[in-house]
Amino acid sequence: MSEIPGDLKFLKSHEWARVEDDGLVRVGISDHAQAALGDLVYVELPEIGASVQAGNGVAVVESVKAASDIYSPVSGEIVEVNEALTDKPEVINEDAFGEGWLFVVRPSDRAELDDLLSADAYAEQIENEDH
Amino acid sequence: MTAKTVLNDTHRALGARMVDFGGWDMPINYGSQMEEHHAVRGDAGMFDVSHMTVIDLHGPRTREFLRRLLANSVDKLKVAGKALYSCMLNERGGVIDDLIVYFFDDAHYRLVVNAATRAKDLAWIETQARAFDVTVKERPEFAMIAVQGPNARGKVIGLIAEADRPRIEKLGKFAAAAAPGPHGMPLFVARTGYTGEDGFEIIVPEEHAVALWQALVDAGVRPCGLGARDTLRLEAGMNLYGQDMDEDVSPWEANLGWTIALDEGRDFIGRAALEAQKADGVKRVMVGLVLDDKGVLRHGQKVLTAQGEGEILSGSFSPTLEKAIAFARIPAGEPGDIRVDIRGRELPVRLVKYPFVRDGKPCEGI
Repeated sequence: MSEIPGDLKFLKSHEWARVEDDGLVRVGISDHAQAALGDLVYVELPEIGASVQAGNGVAVVESVKAASDIYSPVSGEIVEVNEALTDKPEVINEDAFGEGWLFVVRPSDRAELDDLLSADAYAEQIENEDH
Repeated sequence: MTAKTVLNDTHRALGARMVDFGGWDMPINYGSQMEEHHAVRGDAGMFDVSHMTVIDLHGPRTREFLRRLLANSVDKLKVAGKALYSCMLNERGGVIDDLIVYFFDDAHYRLVVNAATRAKDLAWIETQARAFDVTVKERPEFAMIAVQGPNARGKVIGLIAEADRPRIEKLGKFAAAAAPGPHGMPLFVARTGYTGEDGFEIIVPEEHAVALWQALVDAGVRPCGLGARDTLRLEAGMNLYGQDMDEDVSPWEANLGWTIALDEGRDFIGRAALEAQKADGVKRVMVGLVLDDKGVLRHGQKVLTAQGEGEILSGSFSPTLEKAIAFARIPAGEPGDIRVDIRGRELPVRLVKYPFVRDGKPCEGI
């Protein structure tokens, strides 16, 4: 199990959110999630400009095995997507917390961030899942 | 309660990711399904398939019984050790299971059937066997390891007692023989498999399975999970029970017409229904599809054709072809341009003849 960066917040469904200096929220899936999914072969990203609701499915990652919906941790507008994943979805397997990010949201309600799990709480969740 | 094969601890020690597979706790992969898939296509990999059910049939009327039970004809089995692939049908011509039958002698045959269908298969076989006084004996004390890939046979033969090697080397496809393995353990080696590669499926008494697995690892055979087994068999154009066929699908509709033997005077279960369906014209066909766009074809997706709707049966990303492939069941007749509905988007797919991959290479037209 790799280290979970302390500046990240999480959804129970394994998405991470990082609040950038400019207030935008970058979103990806956890290292634990990529390991569970296995080799990723396809990513369906949202449209730039799309408005999203916290907790709604906005992207899909597919491994050889299965397709998984990716939920947005916050409401707002999609301002950037990681186009590099279109040709190299395996980057998520290699660097889930870094280069493997999926999309960036301009949040409309920053209070939603308070509902997310801390890195410690998320670590505890996956610890329990493994038993 | 989840069942475990005798190799369960071995899989865990190797770091396997375990999943529930039809009530069995089985390895889905040991880190990378993709690498395991390529190991089988390029060299040699092995699968624990001990969850499959081995059933021995005994009695003087066993051949007569199998003539009735199976849609394929056991009369094709003339030499001891020969094997045959067949469907076992219900009276409606639906597939109860697909299986391999091995011929020892007229009073002794062996069936290997799927894991998830074990209980219903046994119940059906036992019911049908009564009229023939055939003894149906499950053999849970056997483990089974499939070793597959272009170098699989060589690596297995290296583990067999020297005096027996030439005999096993000469074993033809779909034939089996007994031979002593490492430390003299008794192996039943069959030149069969489920990956489209050459190789052996080995039945071994449980108490020797861990030692055999280790000997195969030492011989350079890569442990592979059931994830890779699924992508390999799909590329190879082989049906998966429960996904590509079931009790409401006939062999005609599952592209298994080649396994039906309509030999004269043999009244097998389901024959009348099959003949009626053929006379009436088979309404649904199973086809191969390739998606050239990005995306993955999955079981249950809707397929749109000029003749109406069908659905994806087995579908996956193909590691060898690096694009999505699938089986689909669609209405018979000229299908026109075919599209698949993937989460509300209709993507064009190509209808192809499968297998998709043979001997490690894409087939023509794929």
